[in-house]
Amino acid sequence: MCGIAGLIHRGKSSNVGSELQHMLQALKHRGPDSTGYALYAENDGQNFIMRFKVGENVGEGSTSVNEDASVYDKRKKLVDNMLTELGAKVLKEDRLTPYSFRYEMQFNNDLMEFSKKIESIESVEILSIGKSLELIKDLGDAETVSERYGLGNVKGTHAIGHARMATESGVDIKSAHPFWGYPFSDVSVVHNGQLTNYWNNRRLLENKGMRFMSECDSELIAVYLAEKMRNGATLEEGMKDSLAGLDGVFTYFVATKDSLGMAKDTMAAKPLVLYESDDLVAMGSEEIAIRSILPQEIDTYDPFDGEVKVWQI
Amino acid sequence: MANLKTSEKKTKAQSMGLHSEVLTGKTQQKFFNPDEAENFFYWGAYDVDFNKRTDLDVKDMDCKEANRNIDELMSQGYGTIVIKNPQGKHSLGVGILNKLNLIFEGSLGYFGVGSIDGPMVRVNGRVGWSCAENMMAGKVVIEKNAGSCFGAAIRGGDLICKGMVGARTGIDQKGGTIIVGGDAGAFTGFMMQRGRIIILGDVGINLGDSMYDGTIYVGGKIGSFGSDAVESPMTKSDIDWLKRKLKVAELGENFDVSKMTKVVSGKKLWNYDALEPTEKKGAI
Repeated sequence: MCGIAGLIHRGKSSNVGSELQHMLQALKHRGPDSTGYALYAENDGQNFIMRFKVGENVGEGSTSVNEDASVYDKRKKLVDNMLTELGAKVLKEDRLTPYSFRYEMQFNNDLMEFSKKIESIESVEILSIGKSLELIKDLGDAETVSERYGLGNVKGTHAIGHARMATESGVDIKSAHPFWGYPFSDVSVVHNGQLTNYWNNRRLLENKGMRFMSECDSELIAVYLAEKMRNGATLEEGMKDSLAGLDGVFTYFVATKDSLGMAKDTMAAKPLVLYESDDLVAMGSEEIAIRSILPQEIDTYDPFDGEVKVWQI
Repeated sequence: MANLKTSEKKTKAQSMGLHSEVLTGKTQQKFFNPDEAENFFYWGAYDVDFNKRTDLDVKDMDCKEANRNIDELMSQGYGTIVIKNPQGKHSLGVGILNKLNLIFEGSLGYFGVGSIDGPMVRVNGRVGWSCAENMMAGKVVIEKNAGSCFGAAIRGGDLICKGMVGARTGIDQKGGTIIVGGDAGAFTGFMMQRGRIIILGDVGINLGDSMYDGTIYVGGKIGSFGSDAVESPMTKSDIDWLKRKLKVAELGENFDVSKMTKVVSGKKLWNYDALEPTEKKGAI
């Protein structure tokens, strides 16, 4: 079933980490397997933030194979060596769990080549690269993940998140949402629904040089939009194109460093409730997600079938 | 409450020897008799007084607790209950088989006031998916917008949304009337079997897709017709009925109902016969 939530503050920053946590926790009944956050945080905008993992969370109902924790250190060392080889200068590094890291770094070359090289190391996956995007995903509900990664005080302008019920692939971090819009910095996607032309599209996109890290159908949306944008389409154009290009039922959100968008399939089969005001847009699979941050009486509505909307900060 | 007594009269089935067991205790059958007024109320229905009014704040309650409290208040004879702080919670006010004035001061989540038979409900807010699903009778008025599957499978009563509604309004509708003041999404009247839908605004694609029967009236633009949905000429009785219904719904005061589009089933999708259910029984 899955639950998705998103919000964008227009013209100001807010405590988006805490707000999104409340929204996703309210949607826990829609997806208890894993939770993911894509927070567009108040960073200095000069350096890249790379979030990556060198292994899986093997606890809490995970479907991943258990590994000796010592391999994580070996893989981290390989990543560090590769970064040096690629000319990236790491300014700050944080180890948030035994298997996941946050690096702040300087890098000026092609991100696609960079990502390919880093991900050629066994079991290493870049969760996100961006100058404001902080993409965090792990097993457990919203509160558990927020506490584990210290997201409660993250300030920023906008955010999207996902509470996952695993239906199309395993219970693991690589299949959890959000998905990074590889190789574009600061692009992330969350999705509620099922895509039925996943393999056809995947084969086409892989032939065009795009990469897939999981077998989760939702990853296709991120890759599909990234490929459209690589060929010059704007985000909104790519999203409108996806209504015909993606088959199945879906409501998805996509965020970039300065915008937030939503798209709903032409059958309107998946739910979405939207609140829109001059300074805040909040949306989620159910109204209780919005109510968790706006308890006062507000006007909300369901966007119609085939609707695409994009808001700027 | 109805008084359970063993029926001394033999039923037709018993006199034909089709079954011979004697029912005792809790397994006693009660056969419907229209002469007994009590048969028009559900067993366990409460005798409530509309002038006896109370508030119920459900802010810190889950839906089960809130619904139990509504039931408890009805058992105490309260005929008008005002629900405070519903805050988009799911499944509030479901399964009420009683006469009652129920007012929500705020919005409901999914499945609000589902499976009701009899109450008059007003929601001073918005409702989520599947509002009033399976409603048998009564009147439900939504002051703002509604989500998808509004009035799914209703059998009777009036369901009114003054704002706009999502997709699949009146899906599988089997009776009653759904009235929408604003626009409606795709697949409005999907597989409807009986009853009427009135949309004063525009509707999305696939209007009346696979409808077996029933009638849809649209005041605005139509995205597209669904399979087997066809336009039909408006009659004087349609116009008179629409005027009456909209007046009751407090909607479309200056709306020219004669210009609405009437949509019915083309009846080509399956081996459809025009017999009413009662006529069918007779034929069998």
